[in-house]
Amino acid sequence: MTIPNEIQITPELIEAHGLKPDEYERILALIGREPSFTELGIFSAMWNEHCSYKSSKKWLRTLPTEGPQVIQGPGENAGVVDIGDGDCVVFKMESHNHPSYIEPYQGAATGMGGILRDVFTMGARPIAAMNALRFGEPDHPKTRHLVAGVVAGIGGYGNSFGVPTVGGEVEFDARYNGNCLVNAFAAGLAKTDAIFYSKAEGVGLPVVYLGAKTGRDGVGGATMASAEFDEMIEEKRPTVQVGDPFTEKCLLEASLELMASGAVIAIQDMGAAGLTCSAVEMGAKGDLGVELNLDMVPVREENMSAYEMMLSESQERMLMVLRPEMEAEAKAIFVKWGLDFAIVGKTTDDLRFRIFHAGDLVADLPIKELGDEAPEYDRPWRETGLYSPLPAQNIEEPEDYGKALLSLLGSANNSSRRWVYEQYDTLIQGNSLQLPGGDAGVVRVDGHPTKALAFSSDVTPRYCEADPYEGGKQAVAECWRNITATGAEPLASTDNLNFGNPERPEIMGQLVKAIEGIGDACTTLRFPIVSGNVSLYNETNGEAILPTPTIAGVGLIPDWSQMATIGGAKVGDTIVLLGGDGTHLGQSVYMRDCLGRADGPPPPVDLNVEKRNGDFVRSAIRNGQLSACHDISDGGLALCLAEMAMAANKGMRVEIDCEIAPTHGQLFGEDQARYVVTISADMANFFCMSAEGAGVPFRQIGTVGDDQLTINDLLSISVEQLRNAHESWFPDYMDRDIAQSLID
Amino acid sequence: MIAALTKISGEAPVTIWQTETEIPDVDLIVIPGGFSYGDYLRCGAIAARMPVMDAVRRKAASGTRVLGVCNGFQILVEAGLLPGALMRNASLKFVCKQVQLEVTNADTVFTGQYRQGEIIRCPVAHHDGNYFAESETLKQLEDNGQVVFRYANGTNPNGSVNDIAGIINKNGNVLGMMPHPENLIEAAHGGNDGYALFSAALGIAA
Repeated sequence: MTIPNEIQITPELIEAHGLKPDEYERILALIGREPSFTELGIFSAMWNEHCSYKSSKKWLRTLPTEGPQVIQGPGENAGVVDIGDGDCVVFKMESHNHPSYIEPYQGAATGMGGILRDVFTMGARPIAAMNALRFGEPDHPKTRHLVAGVVAGIGGYGNSFGVPTVGGEVEFDARYNGNCLVNAFAAGLAKTDAIFYSKAEGVGLPVVYLGAKTGRDGVGGATMASAEFDEMIEEKRPTVQVGDPFTEKCLLEASLELMASGAVIAIQDMGAAGLTCSAVEMGAKGDLGVELNLDMVPVREENMSAYEMMLSESQERMLMVLRPEMEAEAKAIFVKWGLDFAIVGKTTDDLRFRIFHAGDLVADLPIKELGDEAPEYDRPWRETGLYSPLPAQNIEEPEDYGKALLSLLGSANNSSRRWVYEQYDTLIQGNSLQLPGGDAGVVRVDGHPTKALAFSSDVTPRYCEADPYEGGKQAVAECWRNITATGAEPLASTDNLNFGNPERPEIMGQLVKAIEGIGDACTTLRFPIVSGNVSLYNETNGEAILPTPTIAGVGLIPDWSQMATIGGAKVGDTIVLLGGDGTHLGQSVYMRDCLGRADGPPPPVDLNVEKRNGDFVRSAIRNGQLSACHDISDGGLALCLAEMAMAANKGMRVEIDCEIAPTHGQLFGEDQARYVVTISADMANFFCMSAEGAGVPFRQIGTVGDDQLTINDLLSISVEQLRNAHESWFPDYMDRDIAQSLID
Repeated sequence: MIAALTKISGEAPVTIWQTETEIPDVDLIVIPGGFSYGDYLRCGAIAARMPVMDAVRRKAASGTRVLGVCNGFQILVEAGLLPGALMRNASLKFVCKQVQLEVTNADTVFTGQYRQGEIIRCPVAHHDGNYFAESETLKQLEDNGQVVFRYANGTNPNGSVNDIAGIINKNGNVLGMMPHPENLIEAAHGGNDGYALFSAALGIAA
């Protein structure tokens, strides 16, 4: 059988589609003939790294994905986790790195759009979003432009759509100069008996196209996102899609209404590789073929070819298998919301993926093999060099502890992110209980009198670079700890693995070891991975980003009146350090930002200690014992205390014993599994006795009061001065942009 | 907004689709916030021209209380029910934060449960809240006590003229405001400063 093909398939064309010669041989062997141009595009879309996970699949399989609370693990649009009472939380994190670097506003906006669609495609109403953003060094000429565009894009889409952004991360490092990272997280609420999946069922049933019209935007986007950048990057701008949050909002309402009507057999959003990926996934999962007639696809541009229609990544679209008897009712819902509804094909029993265009058959491929037979690589890898131990005694102390603390508080990476999160609607829907700036975002479960969900997103890339295994563990542990610090029980997590070119053994080694660390941590902390995304080839001209396996997690608070916050400390409360004294300065922000050094191993995570300490803190919060709680992370005890003092708007008098360990280790050490809590003075001894009983190291280090943060005679700084340092870096930096542009 | 109205009044409000031409007899018509039609044109411009707005105009003219919050305020202005215009924030950025409002006219059906001059907290979340009116209109608004809420203590988030946060029509039954009182009505929100606006408008004891 032949398919008419007007375009000659040449080695250059194959390469331009991101397919390696041996991958093309595999295609020839699979279909027994030369593919048509449209078919080549379909293979390119299905077999690129972004859609096929061909370099990471072998290792992703090792991650723990199950638990009694898990309803749906990886493999669907998003993970689903039971929260009791017939409710479940549906969530995922996904990257939009490459498009955001090329076109920051639309790249980030459509990243939001895509992750929101992943969530509501499963029947869930989105209730919270987060974003983990990483940019190049502040002085790099592109950084401000990227920060401004990405933040505006996320806000522009999420605010208009109507989902509160309750958390996230923003970090700067020269290693992201050529590749920024935009990892978008969304979570939604659904009923456990009304989850929708992508697996098609039934032969001869209508395949329906829903949502916005198809245009030429984003053609080849997934393939672009699977390649490194070079100086030709500007030419890639047309591969970025354009977002329309209003249509997405209508699509959300129409989809949920349609699902409630009982008309939906299977549903899949059109994300990367649009019509191709969604149709193949629905058919292949259901052991069915799919036949599409592209003449029926709603388009907003004329004379689109089959190739363009199959590879377009136009946004706000979905594909559905419909109960045929409900067609009229289903269509009425979409007409009401002003959206397209078109029957574009049907399911078949012959496991073929057949595409007709203008009366011609333009593609006829085996549907299972498109997904299942995608190449899978066991790429060579090697463990990257590990640092030898670096005791605090070998690291110089600051001359002035006060100055050191103020400089850390006012640094690019530890200053307040208010400039960013005030551009996001954090309050919409009226259920936000904890906003960005604390340990985790907290949102009430609508319709339940006491339940709430906590969300956090974490990773420390410099730890991952120094030791990918420990760094992977630490990312999970910190996310788990941040959720715990609100009093929530961490339920499950999603991973967004951002790395460089996996064809380089040292990069592949980072990926392998980080996944191993993530897996170990998720197992011990009972924090399974239920969804995720891998973004590789984050390199420009051969320089890779820091390994950045972002972990986002969800926890359940049974009664939010008993949650803890970072800012609840009251005058006279006792301050207690839990989890031991700080000693570890390797890879700390003190070394990086005060001494300009990036040496030593990252702080190791003892997962059993992490669990023990966290479980103790959670039970204390739930017993109503604590007035405030904050985990110790970047910047150690000193930064933790300063953040708590600013949030409470109260001073603290703290005494540490400089005899027991080096002072700078105690104040700036980033040892893991630690918290600072405040508790009313009359409860403090009782609380410390229970800590002792639980085997959790504790130390009463001071009292809340007056308006200074005082530590021994080492430093005494007013809360206002702390706040000035903390709040000014970001607006000063971004406003310089305006001043600079006036000069230029 | 629906959740807040339900919580305060004890019953769910009737919702009206944009193409409806009649509104039943109600105590209060609320046009909530929310980027109608994406605000791709001037904010509120398209919504202000939907069929339901003719019904809102008739109800307003007959004295029914109408409250527009955020995008709802923009729609009321675009519909000609309130004077002036809402321009892009002076910062050119979306802003979501808590501000302080001074109740500059407590003698309205919406603000009667506040004290004159009382300072309340209220969140804002908008991209185009920079209120402007030409000097003659502004003078009338000020002279007639139609400026009901003003950003206080240097918390004006958008550069609005005279720190205006909310205005009422001459008849005193149509209020438009950029801040979101519905997001500060219970302990979970960190306060209930916005509650009294709804309880007054709905005729419920404070």
